[in-house]
Amino acid sequence: MSLLLAAPILIPLTAAVLCVLAWRHRTLQRGISIAGAAGLLASAVALFQQVSASGPVASQMGNWPAPFGITLVADTLACIMLLINGFLAVCIVLFSLGGIGQRREAGGYHALVHGMLAAVSGAFVTGDIFNLYVWFEVMLMASFVLMTLGGQRGQLEGATKYVTLSLISSMLFLSGVGVLYAVTGTLNMADLAVKFAAVENSALAVSLGLLFFVSFGIKAAVFPMFFWLPASYQTPPPVIAALFAGLLSKVGIYAIIRTFTLIFSHEPQMVYTIMLAVSGLTMVIGVFGAAVQTEIRRILAFHSVSQIGYMLMGLAVTGAAVADGLPGGSVAAGASASASTSAVNAAIPEFAVMALAGTVLFLVHHAIVKTNLFLVGGIVLKLRGTTVLARLGDLYLTRPWLAVLFMVTAMSLAGVPVATGFWAKLVLVRAGLAGGEWIIVAAALGTGVLTLYSMTKIWSEAFWKVTPDAADLAAAGQHPTDEAIDAADIGPRGVPIMMTVVAVMAVATVALGVLAGPCYRVAERAARELLEPQAYIRAVLGPTAGRPASASEPAPAAASAGGVPSQR
Amino acid sequence: MLLAITVGVLFTAAVYLLLRRSLLKLVLGLVLIGHAANLLIFSSVGVRRGRPPLIDEGQTALAAPYTDPLPPALILTAIVIGFAVTAFAIVLLRRAYQEIGSDDLDDMRATEQ
Repeated sequence: MSLLLAAPILIPLTAAVLCVLAWRHRTLQRGISIAGAAGLLASAVALFQQVSASGPVASQMGNWPAPFGITLVADTLACIMLLINGFLAVCIVLFSLGGIGQRREAGGYHALVHGMLAAVSGAFVTGDIFNLYVWFEVMLMASFVLMTLGGQRGQLEGATKYVTLSLISSMLFLSGVGVLYAVTGTLNMADLAVKFAAVENSALAVSLGLLFFVSFGIKAAVFPMFFWLPASYQTPPPVIAALFAGLLSKVGIYAIIRTFTLIFSHEPQMVYTIMLAVSGLTMVIGVFGAAVQTEIRRILAFHSVSQIGYMLMGLAVTGAAVADGLPGGSVAAGASASASTSAVNAAIPEFAVMALAGTVLFLVHHAIVKTNLFLVGGIVLKLRGTTVLARLGDLYLTRPWLAVLFMVTAMSLAGVPVATGFWAKLVLVRAGLAGGEWIIVAAALGTGVLTLYSMTKIWSEAFWKVTPDAADLAAAGQHPTDEAIDAADIGPRGVPIMMTVVAVMAVATVALGVLAGPCYRVAERAARELLEPQAYIRAVLGPTAGRPASASEPAPAAASAGGVPSQR
Repeated sequence: MLLAITVGVLFTAAVYLLLRRSLLKLVLGLVLIGHAANLLIFSSVGVRRGRPPLIDEGQTALAAPYTDPLPPALILTAIVIGFAVTAFAIVLLRRAYQEIGSDDLDDMRATEQ
């Protein structure tokens, strides 16, 4: 069991090392890369089955007992994220056989991708908050190099912004970890869940929660902190942008969900009001940003921002509902935590579970759909050497299947029924209505309409209209985003395998939409585990552990009073 | 107290440098904010003189006031990571400077059109 938990990290890490060893043999690297991605997917499936059967599993690295060593732990949400990771890994690696370009592939592309996959897996399964920081850094380092691979001017400029903001966010995270340790004397997330609930100083609890929210919010690209994303995702080859859009911002959202359900679960109402406002503004401003763009990848990047808002919306609705249920008002949450924990658990309304389940569904939906749209952009770039809408046209005539696959995916993104986007939005909107959050529901629905607008814009410009003649093209000039592909790589070679990958992902979004019932049940189970983390805590700390008040008899006060260094 | 003020000054200086337009000051700002975060961890758990976390001879547990050894371990990890990341950032910004021919961040407009 212990190996199964570590496998999603070890398999891509091994693949990365082997790829470096096979530096000069490109075919060998491709083989290793495909095998590594397939192994990652297989281990994720195995872990998902295990967790489905027996609840959260944990294992202690190096056999150090729970709060002292580093714990790996997987609950349903972590397994879902690992499945996404594995599925995207296979798709991206296969797609890049045709789409990455020789120069970049020779520059260590496969090793970097696997390094990043390993770090993303690590961030999903780690049960230690400092370890999460380390995985974040590994992931960022790999993504920095992936983003600059090729060294074009646009890439360097985009990466400058991305690197700077990522580093600032990491330092905020690190500061937060330090203060959290000073307050609770532990770094193990399950242990934190127990001890942080007993922190008396509610102002400190709120500011710590918001510090983590800002830090993860930069990584997830939420409203005031998203400017790096459109600036950087348009510059690397689309397959790398697809990997980033599908996975990197998910890690930020995952970290927000994890910390705010496990550690900062007793924040006052104000925090969730901020979160709701942020999610609404993220949706609306992102989609307005996309509406004025005229280049496929820039449109998609702004949509990425907008969609992050939906994921945050579910969490905010849940949090607001749970905070409402806190007896004795909101600000005193920390002080009365041990008395009220059990009452809170009893009082979680059904729509709170639903909202969080909606967030989980949306994570899955967005990972598949946004990745696929970027991949379609990759095929367009490969065929035409540009993704500027003004310079494109006639794709429906020359590549009807590409047009169909784009349409299916784009409609899923906009939330047209049957595909995943519809169900994810339906669940979120229903939960929002049940929670009485009218404004956010209006924002979500309006954003859906505007999403449809930009998707039809890509459709009519790139696929429908007649290609502009040579004189117009010359007048339009070279666009910085065109640098993402070398002139030698433009052409139909390798397109069949790229089309196959896009088709598989388009089928996946429709299939998951058709299977909405079973998918929702899995998402709901993930949400319940998040809202009632006793199973998670017991898996890590042993069968007797739990939040003080939720155990059968109240724990002695001394155990939870934060006697700082003496805990270790 | 002195440590807390140092941390505050470092954060202030870092934010000031990060808000400047020059690439060089950006790097210095990133370095300083790393130091600020590390010192924050160091000082937030409380610094004690002459109390190493060693179990005295004949005892089985640590006597109560001692220096927590974990924060220095965290800082060490963070320093190593910070070193690598800073090295990358310097190379990246140097390449960007060569490509753009200016160290003014306002000249980085290719991705903003």
